[in-house]
Amino acid sequence: MACQCGQGGCSTGYGTPAKVSEKLVTLEIDGMEVSVPEGTSLMRAAAEAGVQVPKLCATDSLEPFGSCRLCLVEIEGRRGYPASCTTLVDNGMKVRTQTDKLAEIRRGVMELYISDHPLDCLACSANGNCELQDMAGAVGLREVRYGYESENHLKSVKDESNPYFTYDPSKCIVCNRCVRACEETQGTFALTIDGRGFESRVSPGQMEDFMDSECVSCGACVQACPTSTLMEKTITLHGQPERSVVTTCAYCGVGCSFKAEMKGSQIVNMVPNKDGHANHGHSCVKGRFAWGYATHADRITKPMIREKITAPWKEVSWEEAVAYAAERLKGIQAKYGKDSVGGITSSRCTNEETYLVQKLVRAAFGNNNVDTCARVCHSPTGYGLKQTLGESAGTQTFDSVMQADVIMVIGANPTDGHPVFGSQMKRRLREGAKLIVVDPRAIDLVKSPHIKADCHLKLRPGTNVTVANALAHVIVTEGLVNEAFVAERCETAAYAAWKEFVARPENSPEALEATNGVSAVVVRNAARLYATGGNAAIYYGLGVTEHSQGSTMVLAIANLAMATGNIGREGVGVNPLRGQNNVQGSCDMGSFPHEFPGYRHVSDDAARNLFETAWGVKLDNEPGLRIPNMFEAAMDGSYKGLYVEGEDIAQSDPNTQHVTAALEAMECVVVQDLFLNETAKFAHVFFPGSSFLEKNGTFTNAERRISPVRKVMPALAGKEDWEITQMLSNALGYPMNYSHPSEIMDEIARLTPTFHSVSYAKIDEMGSVQWPCNEQAPEGTPIMHIEEFVRGKGKFFVTSYVPTDEKVTQKFPLILTTGRILSHYNVGAQTRRTANTAWHPEDVLEIHAHDAEERGIKDGDWVGIQSRAGETVLHARITERMQPGVVYTTFHHPFSGANVITTDNFDWATNCPEYKVTAVQVMKVTQPSEWQKRYRQFSEQQEELLKQREMVKAQ
Amino acid sequence: MTIKVYVPRDSSALSLGANKVAMAITVEAAKRGASIEVVRNGSRGMFWLETMVEVATPTGRVAYGPVMPEDVASLFECNFLYGGEHHLSRGLTEEIAFLKNQERLTFARVGITDPVSLQDYIDHDGYRGLKNALVMDGAAIVEQVTQSGLRGRGGAAFPTGIKWKTVLNTAADQKYIVCNADEGDSGTYSDRMIMEGDPFVLIEGMTIAGIAVGATQGYIYLRSEYPHALQVLNEAIAVATANNYLGNDVLGSGKSFHLEVRRGAGAYVCGEETSLLESLEGKRGIVRFKPPLPAIEGLYGKPTIINNVISLASVPIIMDKGGEFYRDYGMGRSRGTLPIQLAGNLKQCGLVEKAFGVTLRELLYDYGGGSASGKPIRAVQVGGPLGAFLPESQFDTPLDYEAFTNIWAVLGHGGIVAFDDTVDMAQMTRYAMEFCAIESCGKCTPCRIGSTRGVEVMDKIIEDRDRAANVALLRDLSDTMLNGSLCALGGMTPYPVLSALNHFPEDFGLKKTQQAA
Repeated sequence: MACQCGQGGCSTGYGTPAKVSEKLVTLEIDGMEVSVPEGTSLMRAAAEAGVQVPKLCATDSLEPFGSCRLCLVEIEGRRGYPASCTTLVDNGMKVRTQTDKLAEIRRGVMELYISDHPLDCLACSANGNCELQDMAGAVGLREVRYGYESENHLKSVKDESNPYFTYDPSKCIVCNRCVRACEETQGTFALTIDGRGFESRVSPGQMEDFMDSECVSCGACVQACPTSTLMEKTITLHGQPERSVVTTCAYCGVGCSFKAEMKGSQIVNMVPNKDGHANHGHSCVKGRFAWGYATHADRITKPMIREKITAPWKEVSWEEAVAYAAERLKGIQAKYGKDSVGGITSSRCTNEETYLVQKLVRAAFGNNNVDTCARVCHSPTGYGLKQTLGESAGTQTFDSVMQADVIMVIGANPTDGHPVFGSQMKRRLREGAKLIVVDPRAIDLVKSPHIKADCHLKLRPGTNVTVANALAHVIVTEGLVNEAFVAERCETAAYAAWKEFVARPENSPEALEATNGVSAVVVRNAARLYATGGNAAIYYGLGVTEHSQGSTMVLAIANLAMATGNIGREGVGVNPLRGQNNVQGSCDMGSFPHEFPGYRHVSDDAARNLFETAWGVKLDNEPGLRIPNMFEAAMDGSYKGLYVEGEDIAQSDPNTQHVTAALEAMECVVVQDLFLNETAKFAHVFFPGSSFLEKNGTFTNAERRISPVRKVMPALAGKEDWEITQMLSNALGYPMNYSHPSEIMDEIARLTPTFHSVSYAKIDEMGSVQWPCNEQAPEGTPIMHIEEFVRGKGKFFVTSYVPTDEKVTQKFPLILTTGRILSHYNVGAQTRRTANTAWHPEDVLEIHAHDAEERGIKDGDWVGIQSRAGETVLHARITERMQPGVVYTTFHHPFSGANVITTDNFDWATNCPEYKVTAVQVMKVTQPSEWQKRYRQFSEQQEELLKQREMVKAQ
Repeated sequence: MTIKVYVPRDSSALSLGANKVAMAITVEAAKRGASIEVVRNGSRGMFWLETMVEVATPTGRVAYGPVMPEDVASLFECNFLYGGEHHLSRGLTEEIAFLKNQERLTFARVGITDPVSLQDYIDHDGYRGLKNALVMDGAAIVEQVTQSGLRGRGGAAFPTGIKWKTVLNTAADQKYIVCNADEGDSGTYSDRMIMEGDPFVLIEGMTIAGIAVGATQGYIYLRSEYPHALQVLNEAIAVATANNYLGNDVLGSGKSFHLEVRRGAGAYVCGEETSLLESLEGKRGIVRFKPPLPAIEGLYGKPTIINNVISLASVPIIMDKGGEFYRDYGMGRSRGTLPIQLAGNLKQCGLVEKAFGVTLRELLYDYGGGSASGKPIRAVQVGGPLGAFLPESQFDTPLDYEAFTNIWAVLGHGGIVAFDDTVDMAQMTRYAMEFCAIESCGKCTPCRIGSTRGVEVMDKIIEDRDRAANVALLRDLSDTMLNGSLCALGGMTPYPVLSALNHFPEDFGLKKTQQAA
């Protein structure tokens, strides 16, 4: 494996973490003078001076432990042989790292290690990448006088229960790095050492298998292991990689930097990048291990077309497929008008791909009918933060959380949805930051090892705005507003109006208690904590946005931050946790029907002129159709053609039956994807896309960080996605001639003020960069709104609570809310094609014991869930996480039909669907729902039509 | 008039039937219509006389022992309630030579008072130190302790005053006093005796420590093998709390000090201060690296005084009579007294509190009365299972930290175990390694693997397999453990190993001349 410290010859770098101090300490190590920050270990100081002290239990990703005793040194004037990892530098120290006596001790220690270690180096999967092997060489071990027949662990049984890695106790050197990584890096505390003395051995839980333990398979332990004790099964299978390429994970909005470790064009491992600015060497089960989908047998690798969706697919050349699509789309436009076609891009596409899709729609289709899946997740964020602060983006870096004193998590579940950031947040919480959780469910953060929320506002789904108003009420009426900040930074009149509004008695926690179900005492405590507890930061997710008042809640959150002055510096801010890897980027790239790249309205003449000039074409000044409007128009018969890249609307969008009816009503549906997804079952043209490993581009994460996506293997279908869009554009008669995505980025940078200084060269040089990145901020902008808000003065908005139309009634007495789980991602198209299904083979309905009891439901029963929109059937799981009256499910499996039940209700400002509130009834049933039966039949039919494609080919 | 009869409640006496003796005396007295009050005192520390019954007479307390339940009737027959002669008569307790020549400062009350009687404690000069301390500022208290020359009695002999000063000068929102009562060394029992026999002196010492450095919470980490001490301590803490000697307002001073007993779970290594702190925090008892010192980052990361029972129990007399008074005992840099515990093959095993400077030979013969078997004493192990074995030629060494250091030995916690000439030092060496292997926490490599390998190497030596090479390997291994181990468990196991090898090479099948290396 390639060296990660940049110094060569080691994978654990400096041995101990870097220390920050203004004070420098100067000392002498092996005759060399070195100056390091106070608090630095001797080991790290030595590394800075270019001296590698032998070590096994030390790695710079973990706090020192002092157990291996290889790193002992001599210090002039001090007795004994202190360990360099745990001894801190002192001015004037004279340290020797190599003496005859030290060599003797180190060999003695190594002789002990090897006396209880298998001698199968040549056949070991860590061969060539084993620190024990390296250290045996470094200390010059030549014999093991204890013999090999003494007491040992060589016959220990391997634990192969985890699908991705093995645990071989016989190779364990009890360095505790895995245990410490599980604690310090991941924060799960699943591992310990069992037994003591010679019996000591790593143990998941209480001598359980890894899969039976609390292990979340984040891979931190595997990463930390210096031997092959914890080893990726892919390395065991393929051997050590020969090269690695830095790229960015294709899963959630954390945007972890990874090294794709390769053997030729074979990927053998994905290793989190220590230099990654979003993840600092940490990972989760998805990014680290669940990449097998990229080469899954289900991948479609040939373009396909068909006349109608009941016909078998026909494999054709790229040219034929593109020509066919262009011809049909042009035909539709000729027949039904220019506006009868449109495109949908995805947060899973790169910035460059998304930019090209919206350019294709605006320039080649000649309308603004382009939208993206952010419509159904974070569109209220874009709206709300633009209105209040002036920019549609989160205000901080992830690292900012390490400066936070109070963390408020609203409608987000970071340990499942954004696990790597969740771990960072938990680290800060263990350091003592206070935690407020606003969530209907008892998510893991509410109580997990060494984490406990100070306040849990367990509200009723749909009443977010009342909670925000009640918090604001307390802040205003108890005199906790940061008046100086507000006076200097915010619009006076708007503030006064807001202040008057929230101070009204009807917005008091006591008055709203009956509506939101949160004890007024808890609300008051939370408000005081947020307003007076030091740096306070808000992190929120789709539990905020996916509501009929999603945009109102985003405004309310920004109000809270402004009122308390918690914005514009480290440790504070408003932080939307983006669901998918490129939600931020796809929004930035102008994929909304009303906005050009950089959030400039299509009616803005200056902006439009800029693009018209650059693109050489007249552009429409009217906003186009949003996704739900496209479906409506399709049902009306005015919208007939759709180009969908990387998005599975038939599974992910609400009210599935409505979506599929709309798709069926269209004459040409072009789907570009890795798999024959649910939407593709309604398609007439299928363009096989490329995985994130097969293309170049960039992703922008939740902290506005633009990170590189790098091609590490050839595209299985021969084309990168941007090339396909370009071919289609050319076939439609609008020329595009990019030879590399970097040219697309150059165009984006030219046309977008916040991207002016972004280029591939800059990204390569810096590793990643946070926009705005331009003349004013050539190195990017980690924290926004420091001196003033992007819009000038911050603007408060009055946020009146309007209850959702989705009412709980006798017929539909429960509220269904939806979310996701650690092991799966979005619609599951990727993760369902990996071994992650071992953790979550199906979506289940979580229900409180009280509601279950009333309905005679036992854990594991089939239950029917019926809403005003539809019905589906899932297995029940009875859990105290839920509050009575609220049920919950995930939407990772298409057969679950979670979105068959969700309704057409949406956010008033942005049409973001109200996924989080659906009134339902739940009852015990014995068989799948009618929809599920129809779905199964339709899917089987489509599978058959796909198989018949092969028969066509065979003939 | 009611006559006071003392029957110890100390574990050593209980193990010899003290409860039955007490019961028999009560029954017999009732039968005879004698008015007596049975006081369950601590032990005087003369174990060959346990169960030692004392009767308060106008001339002083008269001792009888060792008393078995079946002796009780005859004691009454002999009018023992009035000091009558009996074949178990030992005369006036204070006149027994073993006791008379001691210098009992820390153990002044042990065996004399009712351990859980606060009044008894106060009547015997208890809580005078605390009262003095309450009118002094923290620095002045620490100064007295520094003046006294008291060094850690747990074994490391670190100056107590300096430790306290570090905690005093480290600012924190919370500080702790932790008493190390995990007395695990073989042949030691002074902590247990004082906790069972005079718990208030420990409570007072800890309270003074808390007042001195500004710690409001104390914990006594008690080994699980001391159930009687647990009971006595909890009883005494409850009494002290009820009478305002502990709590939010100690004796109306406005100062707060709370105390709680926490039980260990049977790990020797938890007597090592950092693993004790881990265990106290509810974690696995594994050793922490130092620095940071517990005085700066101790329990829950807060400044913590962690002292042995005897160290803390010696503080009240220092604060009562002044640092100078205590300092006047002892020799060299070893000031004050040391409660020495005699064990093993000796006629008279028990507790001897003496000023530093007494020699091993005096202890073994004048106090211990020579070997129990009557055979020559061949070796003694001083300072517990990690202490060196000393041959007869070193018996004139005075008990003094530095004198012991000079002969590559340790005083440790003051336990002395004697062996006669039937001892096989190779087996003792194997046991030293085995002890380390059983008790190793498993954190550092030299101790974790080295101790097990040490047992195996000793087996080869004992079985005469490649003996010379294995003796060389044993020396190398000892060197690795000595220099490489994280804490004293692995780091000091070479003391018994190498001292046995050096002083008794013949037991390893080597000629005397082969010892040098």
